[in-house]
This record gives sequence, C-alpha cells and structure tokens, in this order.
Amino acid sequence: MMMLDAKVIRNDFPILLKEVHRDKQLVYLDSAATSQKPQAVIEAMNGYYRNYNSNVHRGIHRLSEEATTAYEGARERIANFINAPDPACVIFVRNTTEALNLIAYSWGRRNIGAGDEILLTEMEHHSNIVPWQLLAEEKGAVVRYVPFTEAGLLDLPKFHEYLTERTKLVSFASMSNVFGTINPSKEIVKATHDIGALAVIDGAQSVPHLPVDVQDFDCDFLAFSGHKMCGPTGVGVLYGKRALLEEMPPFLGGGDMIRRVQLDGSTWNDLPWKFEAGTPGIAEGIGLGAAVDYLSNIGMGAIHAYEQFITGYALEALSEVKGIRVLGPGAAQKGGVAAFTIDGVHPHDISQLLDEDGVAIRAGHHCAMPLHQKLSIPASARASFYLYTTTEDIDRLVTGLNRVRKVFRLD
Amino acid sequence: MYRDQIIDLYENPLNFGSLEPSDFTYEEDNPLCGDVIRIYVRVDDDNRIADVRWSGVGCAISQASASLLTEDIKGKTLDEIKAYSKEDLLELLGIQLSMTRIKCALLSLKVLKAGVYGMPDPQELRK
Ligand SMILES: Cc1ncc(COP(=O)(O)O)c(C=O)c1O
Repeated sequence: MMMLDAKVIRNDFPILLKEVHRDKQLVYLDSAATSQKPQAVIEAMNGYYRNYNSNVHRGIHRLSEEATTAYEGARERIANFINAPDPACVIFVRNTTEALNLIAYSWGRRNIGAGDEILLTEMEHHSNIVPWQLLAEEKGAVVRYVPFTEAGLLDLPKFHEYLTERTKLVSFASMSNVFGTINPSKEIVKATHDIGALAVIDGAQSVPHLPVDVQDFDCDFLAFSGHKMCGPTGVGVLYGKRALLEEMPPFLGGGDMIRRVQLDGSTWNDLPWKFEAGTPGIAEGIGLGAAVDYLSNIGMGAIHAYEQFITGYALEALSEVKGIRVLGPGAAQKGGVAAFTIDGVHPHDISQLLDEDGVAIRAGHHCAMPLHQKLSIPASARASFYLYTTTEDIDRLVTGLNRVRKVFRLD
Repeated sequence: MYRDQIIDLYENPLNFGSLEPSDFTYEEDNPLCGDVIRIYVRVDDDNRIADVRWSGVGCAISQASASLLTEDIKGKTLDEIKAYSKEDLLELLGIQLSMTRIKCALLSLKVLKAGVYGMPDPQELRK
C-alpha cells in the first residue's frame, strides 16, 4: 500500500491553505476536538441548500423527494462505512454525546435497576461518564471505573476483575482522546457478552481514524460524531443492534417518530425514524455522507497507517523538547494524539504562545477531568493529527515549543 | 501578550504565601484550565487592607494578575475593594486578552471580592 501524501490531501481542505497570522500558514493540530472539512463536504451541503432544499419524508414534491433520497442515501453509505448490517440500525443524532444520552435514557431507564453496575474506564470523556452517573443516581445503580496503567493502557486484569454478574453495561472509548490509546475493543466486547452485559463503544475518536466494523466488534451500540471525521457539526450517529433498538422506547417525542397519533396515545414509527423526532439536520446528514465517501475513497486503512507514521514522527520530535512529558503509550498503541506537559509552563500559556506562531493546539482537560486528576496534573496541552497533518506541521510545533521555553526563560 | 513583566511576576510573584491568622481567606478554581487562587487578607481598625497574601497555581496570566492585584489593594478600604472593577485590574495587567483568557486574568479579583463580601470559605464548607 502506498502511503498517502498529506501534502496533496491538504489541497482538499480550503481552510488549511489560509494564513492565520500575517504570513504564517495555519498549522492545525486540534483535529481530535474537531477536524477540518474537505471541499467535497462543503460542496455537498451547499448543493443541498442551493439546489434542493426542502424537508425530508414529508413532501410529495420533487425537491422533497430529492432531499429524502440524498439524506437516506447518506445513511446507507454511513452504514456501509461501519459495516452495519442494515441502515435502519443507523440513527442520526446531533453528536456522540447525544447518542450516549439516548442509550442511557432509553435503554438504561428500562434495564438498569438498584444495585446494578455500569462499568466505564478512567480514561473516558465526560460524555461517556455523566449520562451514566445521571442514570445511576436515578436508579440507585453503581458506576465503576476500570483504571489505566502507568503507561496509559487499560488495566485489563482489573477490567476482568470488575466484570461481575452485577455488571449490566460496559461503555468505553475505543480510542482515548487524551492518551490516544487504542483499546482492545473486540476483547472487551467479548468478555462483556460472556457475563451477559451489553457493550457500548464511544467511537468519537476511533471512527474518524481507524477502520471500524461493528459486526466484527460485535458491539451492541456505537456512538460517533460527524464533525471529527471531516463532516459537519450538528450530526452524529448512534448505531445499535436491531433487536435492542426495536425494544427500546423512543427518546424524544414529536413529528417523524410516530406512526399514528391519537388523542389517547400514539404508536411509533419504524427504525431508524422512531428515534429521530422533528426535522433533522438534513444538510448535516448529507454532509456526513460526503465525508464518509471522502474517507472511504482514501481508505481508512491508509489513513490509519499514515497516522501511525506521523504520530511516530511527532513523538520522536517532541522527545527532543526539554522538560516535556508526553502522556499515554508509545506510537504503536496510540492514535494520532500527543497530549503533553512542559515543566514550568502552564498548558494555556503554551497554547497561547503557539497561537502567535499560527499553530493551533488544545489546552485544558479535554473533557477528561478524572484522567487528569489521576495523573495529578490540572491540565495538559494536546496536539492531534489527521490525514492532512504533515511533518512540516510537526516541525513548526517543535520550533514553537522551543520558543515557549525561551519566553519562559527555561533554557 | 507575554510582556517581560508578566514572566517576571510568574517567576517571582509578589505577596505569595499565606497569612495565619487572617481576617478572611477565600479560594476558587477555574476548573476549565485548572487555575487555583487563594487570598488571605488582614484588615486594620479603619477597615483598610493591612496585609495580603495569595497562593495558587495556574497560567502566567492568572498568576501575574494575582501579584498585581494584591500589590494594588494594600491600604485600600473594603468599600474601595467592593468598587474595584474588572477594568481596573485589566488596566494594571496592560495586555490585550482574548475572551478565553480574561477569565484567567480575573480569577484573583473574583476570589478577593468573594472574600470581602464574606462568602463562606469553600474549604471550610467541604470539611
Ligand atoms: C472520546 C470522546 N467521546 C466523546 C466526545 C464528545 O463528542 P461530541 O462533543 O461531538 O458529542 C469526544 C469529543 O470531544 C471524545 O473525544
């Protein structure tokens, strides 16, 4: 397989050709927060608004037919992208957060009771913690957390130990947004099923960066966001196994999700529309369809291989910066994320000074406060990579970090 | 943004430490970025700030602002502190701040005001 050429790929992304500060070209190293969008996605969304804007599933007129075809076509391509057996198992939501809340609210309220355990990990994003805490509080259930090791890997012996007959649900990120750790999804799902619990995968970071096959993982649910995978904000996906989705009560009530409404009660629409109340983000769904086309054309295998290369390059280059500590495992077990601290400089100051050089990284706790608390650091700086990240971007980052050290008189 | 003075204060903060006993003390954090500031104040018989110390961790902006603020309020009356505005502190800092960084710069003032208005110390409440 030929390695993809990030320098060529960059030309697909109008924003990357832009200058942020006077003569400095943007170095965008914040793709884990949200990715940039290729021209093809922007065009697909514009095309909808310019040429066939209308509501879906409602009108018997040409534009509405066209919009419905495009929107449902996007759903089919997204289903293919994750190898879902049926597009009806692909529910459009706003983002990963909403998808996880949907499961907690709709499945959780029916199936979780007092004393039941929900098993998460200490490296979760707040989106995969708070909905379960709310559910547990309401039902008198218990949330437990599998710890991570010093190397930033999931402590698998502990995971197996925490998995008991009280466990009803295991929910975990298949890739951490801070450590970048790629967790062994198949093994976790299998062990979870072995004790009769359900497995939820937070795919917010993995779906954009790795080949993901829901039938191979055999997960019960998978949640991900369009905006981190070259698609627009405002659209995400909940994949669920059909039998589970059929059993679950609706999440939001309203138009589109009903079959029949009578004054004394209503019946629900078929999947996936049962979970899609109200007018959806139509342009956004179509945009996400264009994004998976874009990614599929390049190939998720090729994207992952390239990210392994660029992450290895980055870890090597960063290790030359004095006083730096990169969090999480080495390149072999990691996706394109390098979170780090530099002794003597707060991450906010690092980020601000890099910004002056046109380099965009993220500073803070990255919505993973428990992870940072465990490491006893208030925050970290995070550079994250994607298929358009070049070695020049990494070099500019390292030059910037050395300037940070100078400004803070560390040398 | 990182004037020499800001870095100077980051390296050598003014009024850093604690005051035991103090007439009031208060602490607050900005969980988003992990900045924490605690201020200790002693007041004299005329209700003027007789002595002040602060401690904490955080970015250069929040730390420099705490130094400048504590230096500026010595000798001021509690009423003057109540009237002390965000603009007063931002002017002392003398740098252009983006929306996200203004919170860092104003944390010390928020802590001081909460103390002056007699907010119960969160640390005590936690006990
Ligand atoms: C691992 C993980 N889970 C969940 C989320 C939440 O995604 P969103 O904000 O799109 O709902 C993110 C992104 O910030 C993430 O990285």
